[in-house]
Amino acid sequence: MSTTVTGTDQPRAPGTVMGTRLRRKEDPALLSGEALFVHDLVVPGALHLSFVRSPSAHARVTALDLSAAQAMPGVVAVFGGADLMSEWAAPMPCAWPVTSDMKNPPHYPLATDEVRYVGDAVAVVVAETEAQAQDAASAVAVGYDALPAVVDLEDAASDRVLVHSALGTNRSYIWELAPDAEAVERAFAEAAHVVSERYVQQRLIPAAIEPRGVCVVPQPFGGEYTVYSATQIPHILRTMLGISLGIPEARLRVVAPAVGGGFGSKLNVYAEELICVALARRLRRPVRWSEGRSENSQATIHGRGQIQHIELAADAAGRLKAVRVRLLADMGAYLQLVTPGIPLLGAFLYHGVYDVPAYSFSCVSVFTNKTPTDAYRGAGRPEATYAIERAMDALARKLGLDPAEVRRRNFIPADKFPYPSAPGLVFDSGNYAAGLEKALGLADYEGLRGEQARRRGAGSTRHLGIGLSSYVEMCGLAPSRVLASLNYSAGGWEAATVRVLPTAKVQVVTGTSPHGQGHVTSWSMIVADKLGISPDDVEVLHSDTAVSPFGLDTYGSRSLSVGGTAVYLAAERVLEKARLIAAHQLEAAPEDLEYEGGAFKVRGSPHKSVPLGVIAFEAFTAHDLPEGVEPTLEASVSWDPPNFTFPFGTHVAVVDVDGETGRVELVRYVAVDDCGNQVNPLIVEGQVHGGIAQGVAQALWEEAAYDPEGNLLTTTLADYLVPAATELPSFVLGRTVTPSPTNPMGVKGVGEAGTIAATPAVVNAVVDALSHLGVRGIEMPVTPERVWRALSDATQETQEKGEPR
Amino acid sequence: MRLSMTVNGTWFEHDVEPRLLLVHYIRDVLGLTGTNVGCDTTSCGACTVLLDGESVKACTVLAVQADGAEITTIEGLARSDGSLHPLQEAFREHHGLQCGFCTPGMVMAAASFLREHPDPTEAEVREGLEGNLCRCTGYHNIVQAVLAAATTKELVR
Repeated sequence: MSTTVTGTDQPRAPGTVMGTRLRRKEDPALLSGEALFVHDLVVPGALHLSFVRSPSAHARVTALDLSAAQAMPGVVAVFGGADLMSEWAAPMPCAWPVTSDMKNPPHYPLATDEVRYVGDAVAVVVAETEAQAQDAASAVAVGYDALPAVVDLEDAASDRVLVHSALGTNRSYIWELAPDAEAVERAFAEAAHVVSERYVQQRLIPAAIEPRGVCVVPQPFGGEYTVYSATQIPHILRTMLGISLGIPEARLRVVAPAVGGGFGSKLNVYAEELICVALARRLRRPVRWSEGRSENSQATIHGRGQIQHIELAADAAGRLKAVRVRLLADMGAYLQLVTPGIPLLGAFLYHGVYDVPAYSFSCVSVFTNKTPTDAYRGAGRPEATYAIERAMDALARKLGLDPAEVRRRNFIPADKFPYPSAPGLVFDSGNYAAGLEKALGLADYEGLRGEQARRRGAGSTRHLGIGLSSYVEMCGLAPSRVLASLNYSAGGWEAATVRVLPTAKVQVVTGTSPHGQGHVTSWSMIVADKLGISPDDVEVLHSDTAVSPFGLDTYGSRSLSVGGTAVYLAAERVLEKARLIAAHQLEAAPEDLEYEGGAFKVRGSPHKSVPLGVIAFEAFTAHDLPEGVEPTLEASVSWDPPNFTFPFGTHVAVVDVDGETGRVELVRYVAVDDCGNQVNPLIVEGQVHGGIAQGVAQALWEEAAYDPEGNLLTTTLADYLVPAATELPSFVLGRTVTPSPTNPMGVKGVGEAGTIAATPAVVNAVVDALSHLGVRGIEMPVTPERVWRALSDATQETQEKGEPR
Repeated sequence: MRLSMTVNGTWFEHDVEPRLLLVHYIRDVLGLTGTNVGCDTTSCGACTVLLDGESVKACTVLAVQADGAEITTIEGLARSDGSLHPLQEAFREHHGLQCGFCTPGMVMAAASFLREHPDPTEAEVREGLEGNLCRCTGYHNIVQAVLAAATTKELVR
């Protein structure tokens, strides 16, 4: 294992910081308990909110009696949905109307006459303490008249029961992508082999360890509001709060303090955020709300929730000729911020890393009486990767080929990049075969296959399974023009400012909003590397709209390749300006200067030099600047990427399946990822580790389970099985480096890679472990019961057919 | 009810409601907000502190149950000269934290674990931290950090 670089205080030569394992600047505050999360903020006089939530998946609200709650100790006010309707200038926002006829039913922060999922809020209590608010919430009397609920996706698609009766259908939209539908039909007609598979992407609960929290401080006489929220998107939130509440955006300041993980769940505009601002406005006092874990399970968005049909057409040698996908996607009861767009983030990637000439995709999205879905780590791309990687294994079985071989035969060749894909993207760069071979080597694939054969030969009931997953993702959200073509309501650029202060310390302002990703460290490294200074001399300001007015925040593995690039370019522009000042000082032509070791030197006369610190002070005093050069040494850049980036890799999961109990143990995990050039491998590896854990968890343990009446059964961390340290092995990581041509640093992004790759690798491993017994598939999460049933079914089938396989 | 205890070396006395949880006493009464709350079922371990040297989940202890006890929270772990405790250093060195929300509880659980298992195996570390959930790291680097800290032999007082 490489050692961590610990000395950060020395000035560095330009170009020597990037790629080092610098330990994080963020850590001391987090390790000492000094970092302040929303719940930690001390706000004198703040009132506490507690929400009354529907216990029913679908019901008419027939009565709402607030009087008992209003009489409880410490209660300041209690509101039902109708009481707050005058607060809203617009309904809750959905920023992604994917089709012009998409159905988006009106959605307000508190339900009024009808509740549509367990957890839908119907009233809010305001009290002096949190305990008083909670006590009073339980005294709010709500009359519910139960309505039929629809939980199952295919049932929802039948419109047997309607979630929103006024719409007349549960379908929100149908979205299709078929650049050449005839070619797809032809390929299937001519195919030597067709694979047709149906997979279920169970719903997941993102389960950041910090639940959500909001605190709003109004300044009634100044007309301004400071909103503290555990959010990934302070900038987007500010705009949306302004629109939804009719408050001029300039009077809203949104701050995301320390945020305890998001994984997409804090990439939203939530009812509680709107209500906190509305009540701070109405009551003219600070208000705050801290989400409980059970609330988080019900009222924070869920992820995934799809039924996938994928078909592969292949020739006799197993080469893919077409991929056809039909998706049924669960929107939940309402459309949240980007709910409808999530399936489309995968729509272009169901052919995975394979060279496929013909492609079609269609998605039907339906409402159900469940918590709304939205972005969860990977958002659309894990689903796509799961489908193609499971189907590739099915194709391998059909052909009697090794799963590695069927992948080799189909990879987009390294010399075909930039690769125009059949669905219409241009993959920037890649070398998929290299990642696969490296992963197989690290895993000792041949050795594992030998051990598997040995166990099978010996009739062992400890079944060894090896699962592969080769993936590509589209990251770096996103080129604004592409977003326009997908009807997304915003752009995908990112903003940064780099300013050199009079004392030569450097301040970076970024529009990204980190919540664990280490941007403070990485952005410091980018600037230090460019300017030839110590990363310790760089300060990074973020996540406060008063400090960083422009930005599009953090999600979709976008921060480095879009936000980091803006920082890089701003540092470059600072140097351009510094060069003009230096040239003036040194009485030389700007083009005769070179920048080295934190100083400009006249080429050929190294004794004539001026350090950046002196230039910064000159820019500050402005006593002797060249003609036409403004004071201060500062540059701002907004970078709109010309393309997505396309990280890739291959993961290998090795499982030990107990044929008698059905228990699956993940015994070894190898990941080879290529995210282009790496700024800080220590951080990259951490992102991969955490991503793998979440992907494995979908495969083996996690499911937001509902009963047929729409009751969420997994409302606590005792029921919803987020893995602990005992459930996971240490991971073996390798990397290849294929720089992206899309941005000057050649970076791609890595926040979601592990999650995207891991789920199919693990399920493929389980199926592989049991394939000799006739098991062809198994649904997620792969519980001991499901394994046991799959084995029983396969055994029965084998006996009925009277053949061993 | 009258309550007195030593927290991070300082003696405190307060009148508290009998239903007050230790974690709320620490956070809301004493203002030590490093100890976090991540769930309501004693599942996540974010609120782990040391009670007379042993790790407890402070959401599952009534403040009055800790009457007379000696409590150490994350704020009490760093050295008096302001430098980090070797375990905190190890978490930093090995990137054993990302968002940092579970970290105070994880570090306190690890501190207690290492007192009882000064020379642990990887499997023992994983078992020792089973009561603490982290959603960011996949535990890999946490385990590395705890194994590395075990070699420093300069752990909890």
